[in-house]
Amino acid sequence: MKRFAALIDRLIYTRSRNSKLALIVNYLRHTPDPDRGWAIAALTESLDFPAVKAGTVRTLLATRVDEELFRLSRHFVGDTAETAALLWPEKPLPFRGGVGVGHVEGAQPQQAPPRPSPKGEGELTVSEAVDALSSATRSDAPAVVASLLDRLDADGRYALLKLALGGMRVGVSARLAKQAFAQAFDVPVDDVEELWHAIPPPYAPLFAWGEGRGERPDLADVAFFRPFMLAHPLEEDSVDLADYAAEWKWDGIRVQIVRGGSETRIYSRGGEEISGAFPELVAAFDQEAVIDGELLVRGEVQGGEAASFNALQQRLGRKTVSKKMLADYPAFVRVYDLLAVDGNDLRSLPWTERRRQLEAFVPRLAASHFDLSQVIDASDFDDLAERRAGARDAAIEGVMLKRRDAPYVAGRRAGLWYKWKRDPLTADCVMMYAQRGNGRRASFYSDYTFGCWSDAGELLPVGKAYSGFTDEELKWLDKFVRDNTLNRFGPVREVEKSLVLEVAFDSIHASKRHKSGLAMRFPRISRIRRDKPAEEADRIASLQAMVT
Amino acid sequence: MAKAGTWIEPHPHGIYVRPADLWIDPSRPVPRAAVTHGHADHARSGHGAVFATPETLAIMALRYGVDAGASDNAAFAYGDGFERGGVRFSVHPAGHVLGSAQILMEYRGERIVVTGDYKRRADPTCARFEVVPCDIFVTEATFGLPVFRHPPTSDEIAKLIGAVRAEPERSVLVGAYALGKAQRVIAELRGAGWDAPIYIHGALEKMCQLYAVHGVDLGELRLVSEADKAEMAGQIVLAPPSALNDRWSRRLPDPVTAMASGWMRVRQRARQRMIELPLVISDHADWDELTTTISEVNPKESWITHGSEDGLLRWCELTQRKARALHLVGRDLEEEA
Repeated sequence: MKRFAALIDRLIYTRSRNSKLALIVNYLRHTPDPDRGWAIAALTESLDFPAVKAGTVRTLLATRVDEELFRLSRHFVGDTAETAALLWPEKPLPFRGGVGVGHVEGAQPQQAPPRPSPKGEGELTVSEAVDALSSATRSDAPAVVASLLDRLDADGRYALLKLALGGMRVGVSARLAKQAFAQAFDVPVDDVEELWHAIPPPYAPLFAWGEGRGERPDLADVAFFRPFMLAHPLEEDSVDLADYAAEWKWDGIRVQIVRGGSETRIYSRGGEEISGAFPELVAAFDQEAVIDGELLVRGEVQGGEAASFNALQQRLGRKTVSKKMLADYPAFVRVYDLLAVDGNDLRSLPWTERRRQLEAFVPRLAASHFDLSQVIDASDFDDLAERRAGARDAAIEGVMLKRRDAPYVAGRRAGLWYKWKRDPLTADCVMMYAQRGNGRRASFYSDYTFGCWSDAGELLPVGKAYSGFTDEELKWLDKFVRDNTLNRFGPVREVEKSLVLEVAFDSIHASKRHKSGLAMRFPRISRIRRDKPAEEADRIASLQAMVT
Repeated sequence: MAKAGTWIEPHPHGIYVRPADLWIDPSRPVPRAAVTHGHADHARSGHGAVFATPETLAIMALRYGVDAGASDNAAFAYGDGFERGGVRFSVHPAGHVLGSAQILMEYRGERIVVTGDYKRRADPTCARFEVVPCDIFVTEATFGLPVFRHPPTSDEIAKLIGAVRAEPERSVLVGAYALGKAQRVIAELRGAGWDAPIYIHGALEKMCQLYAVHGVDLGELRLVSEADKAEMAGQIVLAPPSALNDRWSRRLPDPVTAMASGWMRVRQRARQRMIELPLVISDHADWDELTTTISEVNPKESWITHGSEDGLLRWCELTQRKARALHLVGRDLEEEA
């Protein structure tokens, strides 16, 4: 538990992705089974102990610590698990007598329950903790947690409570964990991606394979994830449509739906399982197959067509979905590739052959939830460019170009798939606030909030951007912020409203979150317009005209 | 029974001792002030006469220039004191920073101790806190919640040294308050065997020199402004907390940002300040020290001056001790804790 606690502690304070990766790699290499498997499952929020909830911890604390002191402390700290970890009474330090710890003799309504004697000797391991937590029942959970806490120091208690309650928030995605695994044992990340979801925690066969002690685990009858084939941005002036097929690029989220054995799972682009958020799709997908497609929400405004990304966002990041959500934001998948069907892996076949089989396959799915992404029937590249420029559909983000003879291969390979996004929209905005960045940018004001003019002549924020500029431009912007500060609000500086920034963005939507009523998608700074007076920046009204 | 302590009056800007016509740690200029220690929230400039330890007077003179060295000032060593208006004043070690003192006042058979800020654990840069029995104990409560338990200082120093050694191509930049914390961290590092030069921000220079003059050996210190970027790789750099993420830090080789403060105990606090290496090193008593001290002093009443008064008041209530909160203003709890 000491190593795990130290890992969590480092991850909390580490902001760079590479540093996080290095920490996990080191942990995986130097920690024995099954602790490392449980630890990585905990980091990626893949564990659940139904008997242990935040209420359990509060109940437990009430037996050891005065309730008012707990309340005051919780208010100060802001997190139940951390408060409990810090408050848990320990032996006092040696310099004094026995008086005066967080719990108060004689002052509690009841004495602490007799401690169940700890099962193990010596240091508590992660797997001991997992065993104890998973065999706990509602009624003995407080006693179980108490006996574990008694064996740990403050950092260990924090790690244990986060392990038990979830909500780790250390910025470790499943994708990062898989990369760390691949790096730790020098195995291809594509293989790790496939195997990861096929094996439950603590992943013992996976570690055995990684360390060369065991065979590659058998994935028959398992709904495992296949790493996505990805596209490069199109930089050539044109491609020959005899070699490349064109499809619309949809502005939803890329998903893979897998049915294997008797189970259906939905994976997001990062290989995270998101089945829980889309139960209607899981239920509707009843064919033994693996598809690749875009998850979209059907919008009323669009007359039953795909709605903008904004609508889809209502459905993302949910563990459970209400009936109202299902009704208001019905999800469907626009399918564009078939990776396996009826037990046959199609990934080595060329796109033309997969496409032929896909067209034959899609009618086997419920039309209410699945449709086929159409190939754009353009006569030549100029024709395609024209259609791309004229596309007004809210859910179209651009065009995909796929090499007709290419197999389905993991990752981003040169020359096989291209994405050709619609030209970004731009607006001239005025810088309003600036905030310092993270990591290497911690001493630079690199995050900018900018606004446009309302009809009443007021500047209203329309977005925030922290990219698009060069290092030189960043230095200049940083100096501008420091020299033109009007007010400071903690880490934020309000600046003189004098600098015009040309902001590029992919699309703009109505939003209740901002006073301007607008929200930009992928805003970035495209140019610094030192030449332009702030009064001549764009009006809110002209941005509203771009709303899709 | 007559009400205790009626001859001293807590005001938002300090404690007034009526028979002596004198203020303790006033936050605005007064004719006569007794000052517990040199931190700016206790020692303001512009008083007529100041009574304090010689070290505190020296610190005030350094910070405020000549007016703090006025001819009416008087210095008292630990255990010594003076009488004024029938009140006997004496100073006793508080263990907070160099020269920090508790002030004991005796008047008509009643004893009152004002702690200023204090801690109980060992500190190589100042005299250790002494328990002074009294009727009324006027105590600070910066960390008056049971979540605040400072780990052993040696553990935190080991963590700091470990972090430097783990990434020898980077420097570790430690944010530490210019008076007290910085010198203590340096002295603790020396005690742990770190004998490489320690690099400091210019704002720490004079106070470090003052400590050295008063017999605290800080080893070799170098100014960051006079050092090459490359020579600071694998080294420890100290700066006031305000310089941590400022442009000043760009002159260091890819610094790991650390901070030495009792607030670092709470993860969210450390994250908000973008700290990568939190070091829980404080010059204030933690919860156990506060409650133990009240138990050991065992006064008739405890008056709580500043910090998390509610937590300590609640503890007094639970242990059936008489206590009240004074609500003094102008105490800076963020930077130097």
